[in-house]
Amino acid sequence: MLKDITLGQFFPGNSLLHRLDPRTKILCSILLIVAVFLAKSALAYGVLILLTAALIIISQIPAGTVFKALKPLIVIIIITAFFNMFFTGGEEENVLADFRIWFLHPVIRVEGIVSAVKMALRIVLLILQTSVVLTYTTSPIDMTDGIERLLSPLAKIRVPVHTFAMMMSLALRFIPTLIEETDKIISAQKSRGADFSSGNVIRRVKALVPVLIPLLLSSFRRADDLALAMECRCYRGGTGRTRMKIMKMTAKDFLFILFCALFIAVRFLPMISSSALGITGMNFSF
Amino acid sequence: MAFIECKDVSFSYGEGENRKAAVKHLSLSIEKGTFTAVLGHNGSGKSTLAKLLCSILLPDEGEIFVDGMKISDENLSEDDLIELHRKVGMVFQNPDNQLVATVVEEDVAFGPENLGVEPAEIRRRVDEVLKIMDISEYARHSPTRLSGGQKQRVAVAGILAMRPSCMIFDEATAMLDPQGRKEVMETIGKLHDEMGITVIHITHNMEEALEADRVIVLNDGVIALDGTPHEVFSETEAMQRMGLDVQQPTKLLHELRLAGVPLDDGITDLDACAREICRFCAGKKQ
Ligand SMILES: Nc1ncnc2c1ncn2[C@@H]1O[C@H](COP(=O)(O)OP(=O)(O)OP(=O)(O)O)[C@@H](O)[C@H]1O
Ligand SMILES: [Mg+2]
Repeated sequence: MLKDITLGQFFPGNSLLHRLDPRTKILCSILLIVAVFLAKSALAYGVLILLTAALIIISQIPAGTVFKALKPLIVIIIITAFFNMFFTGGEEENVLADFRIWFLHPVIRVEGIVSAVKMALRIVLLILQTSVVLTYTTSPIDMTDGIERLLSPLAKIRVPVHTFAMMMSLALRFIPTLIEETDKIISAQKSRGADFSSGNVIRRVKALVPVLIPLLLSSFRRADDLALAMECRCYRGGTGRTRMKIMKMTAKDFLFILFCALFIAVRFLPMISSSALGITGMNFSF
Repeated sequence: MAFIECKDVSFSYGEGENRKAAVKHLSLSIEKGTFTAVLGHNGSGKSTLAKLLCSILLPDEGEIFVDGMKISDENLSEDDLIELHRKVGMVFQNPDNQLVATVVEEDVAFGPENLGVEPAEIRRRVDEVLKIMDISEYARHSPTRLSGGQKQRVAVAGILAMRPSCMIFDEATAMLDPQGRKEVMETIGKLHDEMGITVIHITHNMEEALEADRVIVLNDGVIALDGTPHEVFSETEAMQRMGLDVQQPTKLLHELRLAGVPLDDGITDLDACAREICRFCAGKKQ
């Protein structure tokens, strides 16, 4: 049952985004995040929405699947929007609704609504862009490799970049194995009459102890075995280590980075004047 | 000097009261290109011996030479140690705990990468050993989805890519089903017969030991029997005394011989046993 959990969100494919160097994709995700945070005008948001739509199409991943990435964060989006709606200051004349609940006095103003929409839009754009550019189109192992190589200059100032990358890739390697083992232990305990699905929360958590302890013990054993096996395979950290896979940035990588960098310019897209929208006193700036 | 040379080697685990001798005054030489099986009951010191041969453990007393290099030396340089691990590969019992990467070919590349081999050369070696091990079709698969026998073959491929001259299998077949055992034994045969690799196969399985040129039986840290499979398996009583289960045909022939029937009791194969009895009966009729 636990086996069905998919690790990471990688969808194998062969689109342009899949074929880009992982380093390119990491850099571009950062560029796009910056672009989203710099956007102020409605026009800028419009451009970014179009860009996101284009990226989804290029990735060749069904839009429905992409939007699923939003699901776990929907609560956060709603809460953020809600607070923005009530706690954004503004002009008295822009008050749209005015509630009096006991001693609370929440007020909805035009500014609040605008800022709520912006905030929600920002989060949605961030998630959609990074999932399409990075997490959905890059295998976890490529991602780790990419991070290691991007950060490799830091190794010169003694940041243990290689060690962290190794830990991450070993974790990725062992998660399915440990999940399988958890399944086995749960079945074994169930066959001895353990009950994991009834009773209150405390009872259920307690029922998990006989699963976690064997799991922990066997993980230590595995770690021991693995360390030995790695030593026998001449592992001695990052020093003198080469890699089979050569990562090479090609023209398309540089073009894509340039393309993403362009969107930082959305900062300078003109504001649409509020009078054009027919609402007095409305202001898109923060 | 033989490829592996142990001179009066002793090793104990623990300190003070808990001190426990695992290998006692053991002398042994193993020639290049031979196939040696090591038998012995649980705790007889088989794994300890294997670890001593890889310099994972240092002997308390005695000397060990591998390919002319003295490895029982506390001051062995790191480069010498890496060279030793390159030369003498180890395959362990649990296939899951010795695979480090999430992709088969990446795992096979791990050893050569650690040795600092050029990327193009690693690629060549990986393709070559995957082919030898007959797992080319799984090159891009995740090892977690392979069968036990296939995983062990990936582990062997990973060692083979380092171009070793000796391989030690520490109960590498113990966790496998009959099919997996067969695969691994065929692999070992290939390494020894076709590639001239010195093989040391630690096992509990008598049938597997039969395929070796030489069988060594360890008992409480000392060599109890040493000879060809035929010679060793003829010592039915000694074997049984040491808690080693001799095969049915051997046992039968041995009992018959004790009862005064002049039969050869070094036979372990069921068919050969039948033939031996038939031969005897046919001889008697005339
Ligand atoms: N890390 C350790 N610490 C203390 N004692 C140990 C350790 N490893 C092994 N021993 C002891 O040393 C002895 C030899 O162990 P070893 O693992 O070499 O046996 P083995 O022949 O490989 O057995 P098995 O067939 O169970 O693998 C045993 O009595 C064991 O209890
Ligand atoms: Mg052992």
